[in-house]
Amino acid sequence: MKPPPFEYLAADSVDAAVQALADSGGDGKIIAGGQSLLPMLNFRLLRPSVLVDINRIPDLAYVRDDGDRIRIGPLTRHHALETSNIVATELPVLHEAMGYVAHLAIRNRGTIGGSLSHADPAAELPMMSLLLDARLEVQSLAGRRTIEAQDFFLGALTTALEDGEMLVEVNLPKLRKGTGWAFEEVARRSGDFALACVAVTLNADGGKISDVRIGMMGVGETPMRATEAERLLAGQRYSDAVVAAAVEAIRVAVEPNTDLHASSAYRRHLVGILAQRAIAKAWDRAMEAAHG
Amino acid sequence: MVEPVAIRITVNGVEYEKSVEPRLLLSDFLRNDLGLTGTHVGCEHGVCGACTVLVNGDSARSCLFLAVQLDGAQVETVEGLGTVHALHPIQKAFHDCHALQCGFCTPGMLMTTIDLLKKSPLANDEQIREGLSGNLCRCTGYENIVRAVRMAADELKAREANEAAS
Repeated sequence: MKPPPFEYLAADSVDAAVQALADSGGDGKIIAGGQSLLPMLNFRLLRPSVLVDINRIPDLAYVRDDGDRIRIGPLTRHHALETSNIVATELPVLHEAMGYVAHLAIRNRGTIGGSLSHADPAAELPMMSLLLDARLEVQSLAGRRTIEAQDFFLGALTTALEDGEMLVEVNLPKLRKGTGWAFEEVARRSGDFALACVAVTLNADGGKISDVRIGMMGVGETPMRATEAERLLAGQRYSDAVVAAAVEAIRVAVEPNTDLHASSAYRRHLVGILAQRAIAKAWDRAMEAAHG
Repeated sequence: MVEPVAIRITVNGVEYEKSVEPRLLLSDFLRNDLGLTGTHVGCEHGVCGACTVLVNGDSARSCLFLAVQLDGAQVETVEGLGTVHALHPIQKAFHDCHALQCGFCTPGMLMTTIDLLKKSPLANDEQIREGLSGNLCRCTGYENIVRAVRMAADELKAREANEAAS
């Protein structure tokens, strides 16, 4: 349970970090918080030639209000997101989700850039970036490019990041005023990875459901949007029958694994219950905002 | 062979200059290089919480930190809390509440509690349970640990009120 040997380089700029990644020829790794990377190193699941530490790069940890969008630096710690007033005000569903991310000691150290780049299928931040239509800014020696969250998560622990690329900013659109939202998760123990999780944002326009987004995780190889359920809900008046149809569509769409913690059938059942609760709660919040 | 890297690190107020291999975990650095064996190593992959210490004031798993990353950092371990004759209020509360049996998880529980009560001095029992959820105990059933943290929180609040009054 000790890491294999590697060279260590503390980068002092993003340029230096991506240069070091390029110099490593593909087997270098960025270390941010290290809360997923260190366990993998301790298990020797990874044998990087060099670890490029980005913790000493100035100005990589921030949450900025940028008009209709929020920009988050890749080195922003989970605890900083959890306690950010900007997040609490503009993205309350993300604020709620942060309380479910691991445990205090891990939230003190883990980062949003690390969580997204690691892409655990049962982690909150990858799912939230997908739910909230995040744009992920990445940089390499070749320059910068933008990857939409929906194109980023390719499989368990697999992302669209190419060798030599580093995530340098997470850019999220603010929620429209009056947006209803909900976050529902079940885990065996507070802070553990989810057995299943659903988050919803929607609006109530003239008594009808609009702009509905449903994110799910723990029930597949990547976090997912429930696109069929979103389609079934859009433009409808809220009713138990409409929600039941969406829930059924979600249960059909997912292919959860069976493992030590829960069977596939249980996770499929659970994700439907969580979706039902989340849609109802989001609708109540949207109606409250519309009439409050 | 990877070249060792020189670091300067302050642990419990004492400054050390050491040369470390990049892959050396903070937990092993504390125990083997500094002889501070109060920090216990359980799972070595961030699940059990036994090795929790404070890094620059915040609780952290020392098995998920590389010593080489800590050049210039301040680390606090259980050895920095209190002594046998002058227990820290959190240690005293654990003692009074019978919040330990074998004691293996205790250093991690204590260091976690320091951070928990710093960030949430008014924590209710639910928040205490959530705050301790990353630390495994195989003996106590947790009830007495929660009681101890509750007692410590009340004691620390009372001390603060006294200090404010005087």
